[in-house]
Amino acid sequence: MYAYDEIDRTLVNERVLEFRDQVKRRLSGELTEDEFKMLRLQNGVYLQLHAYMFRVAIPYGTLASNQLRALAHVARKYDRGYGHFTTRQNIQFNWIKLAELPDALADLAEVGIHAMQTSGNNMRNVTSDQWAGVAPGEIEDPRIWSELIRQHTTLHPEFSFLPRKFKIAITASDHDRAAIKVHDIGLRLIKNEKGETGFEVLVGGGLGRTPFIGKTIKHFVHGRDLLSYIEAILRVYNQYGRRDNIYKARIKILVHELGIEKFSREVEEEWQQIRNSSLQIDDEVIEDIRSRFIYPAYEKLPHMPDELRQAAADPDFEAWRKNSVAPHKIPGYSIVTISLKPIGAPPGDATAEQMDALADLADKYSFGEIRVGHEQNLALPHVAKRDLPALWKALDRLGLATPNVNLITDIIACPGLDYCSLANARSIPIAQELTRRFANHELANLIGRLHINISGCINACGHHHVGHIGILGVEKNGEEVYQITIGGRADEGAALGNLIGPGVKFDEVADVVEDIVEAYLALRERPEELFVDTVKRLGVEPFKERVYATR
Amino acid sequence: MPLVNGGKIVNDGFVKLAVDTPLPEGGDILVPAERFLSEADALLERSGKVGVIWPNNRDIAELVPYLGKLASVALVFPSFRDGRAYSQARLLRERYGYRGDLRATGQVLRDQFVFMLRAGFDSFEVKKPADAEAFMQTAKRYSVFYQPTGDGRITALHRRMQLRHSEGVGT
Repeated sequence: MYAYDEIDRTLVNERVLEFRDQVKRRLSGELTEDEFKMLRLQNGVYLQLHAYMFRVAIPYGTLASNQLRALAHVARKYDRGYGHFTTRQNIQFNWIKLAELPDALADLAEVGIHAMQTSGNNMRNVTSDQWAGVAPGEIEDPRIWSELIRQHTTLHPEFSFLPRKFKIAITASDHDRAAIKVHDIGLRLIKNEKGETGFEVLVGGGLGRTPFIGKTIKHFVHGRDLLSYIEAILRVYNQYGRRDNIYKARIKILVHELGIEKFSREVEEEWQQIRNSSLQIDDEVIEDIRSRFIYPAYEKLPHMPDELRQAAADPDFEAWRKNSVAPHKIPGYSIVTISLKPIGAPPGDATAEQMDALADLADKYSFGEIRVGHEQNLALPHVAKRDLPALWKALDRLGLATPNVNLITDIIACPGLDYCSLANARSIPIAQELTRRFANHELANLIGRLHINISGCINACGHHHVGHIGILGVEKNGEEVYQITIGGRADEGAALGNLIGPGVKFDEVADVVEDIVEAYLALRERPEELFVDTVKRLGVEPFKERVYATR
Repeated sequence: MPLVNGGKIVNDGFVKLAVDTPLPEGGDILVPAERFLSEADALLERSGKVGVIWPNNRDIAELVPYLGKLASVALVFPSFRDGRAYSQARLLRERYGYRGDLRATGQVLRDQFVFMLRAGFDSFEVKKPADAEAFMQTAKRYSVFYQPTGDGRITALHRRMQLRHSEGVGT
């Protein structure tokens, strides 16, 4: 966990006061809606279909139990008793009143949570691996660097009015759980031959209307130069990024139009001017941040405790353990993923009661810490293996032990037309229907790792381009039509999916997905070959044939 | 539009010239970039101060040869959403060492004052009179700053270091 000090807390409180004043001026009419819009967005407040939506930052996905309780409190007191975890390590509340927002922010500020820059054309919440600091084989905890960037980009005086939103993600593992290749800047923590910490820097990735996989702009930037290098990229983008067309304003378009070579020359030139400035990070600063990440006092525990051995006789427990429990860097401990994807429910939602109960479980079993991943699931990062059976029982009572992590019903979906004013089609009912179709655990298990991503519009909040199966809802002649892509992925081998053919109607989507899955089961070389690898090997054609032969 | 300078509402001593306005005999003038660049010598020789109004899509480095002679540089926010002039301001102050008056013009609202001050602006053509009156109160809204800029304010990172070192004394 990262502990805020008085300095961080002062800033968050000052921000709350400023927003309170801004809301007051809006309510009195002193600020026009146009003027207020940018200000509220910078505080995570959207005007949606039915009400104001409030998006709260969970920097690099790390939460303390008291923070999760504060989120439950906001859900209960200011909203309708639940929140929605998003693909950006945020939580959204859908039914909040504008006049009450400053109070909600003030309540969150008490536990060091804020909503700064969760929206708007500025640098968004920094995201990272939800297993950061506990995953085996990690170079080092990427959250130290995430926190450094979080601070540097918060209320940045030069980059708070960029051409468009700007997202940075960091990973420190070979297996990329932060989807760095589909971010404006992706950072991969590495060591050079001297053993020094630095970053491979990728730029210009992103989804939406014009999806791109990020390109490497620099193979190694030393840790001390990280901020100056990011600042150089942003300065080039701020000056040359397009502002004439909102759809062409993201950095990916600038990188694409200039070409990565020319863009990187511009950045290099700028960077040489500033790299030896006060932006250079000395080790002492990094050590200070590192010292404020507090790690649990782990015990020396057996690799295979009796409790676990005994519980293995229960097939339900085993089913859950196999897909929800991952290895931890400390022997005797595990990382437990908590599925927020129960069959038939909207992906990523949690009730206030579930959040409170999870906070209690985190205190009891995970040193008070919870993580939020971009797959819209939560995790308890430090669970002793001996506690797994008891934890599973407790989670099951809360409806949080669905054994479907990484399986076909672990669907990522945006809120779609049910909530979002941008959406053209529904996402949630499609996700719900698909979870019912594949509710049978044996079948889902047989299919293996398969990610379905659903977006209700071209803005791609459900990351459909990088779903193994991607589903994009569009509107055509007043009807919802869904375009289906296959072969996308968001990990270290990130790729954009390919369209299998013409869009299909709302009622047909689940059938089409079933056809695709059946085709895969027939076509895979062996049970271990993942769906996405079969698609890579065979291309779209056999799936297309299967889907459209009878339609 | 009220002009705020040094935290107070002041009279604007500069007259803004258009591209084709006849040059007045005396007095202080603000001249559009193109006109300034084409008539720089003549403009700088006359009596009265000269400033330039610089668009946000033109390379600020072009101004470098004249910076020592310019009394004011006015940067433009065509919309408060367009943040290019923040970069220009920082480059002028921090890279090119400009020490004269740096003026924010266009859609200048109170919610941007802190950003503008940090980027190096010191005078502000404020769109709304109420915002101009609230300048000092708004400018002091924040006491914590995370990023180093040329404005001399100490960053949170360095304040922590100082605290840490002072705590270390005597222990």
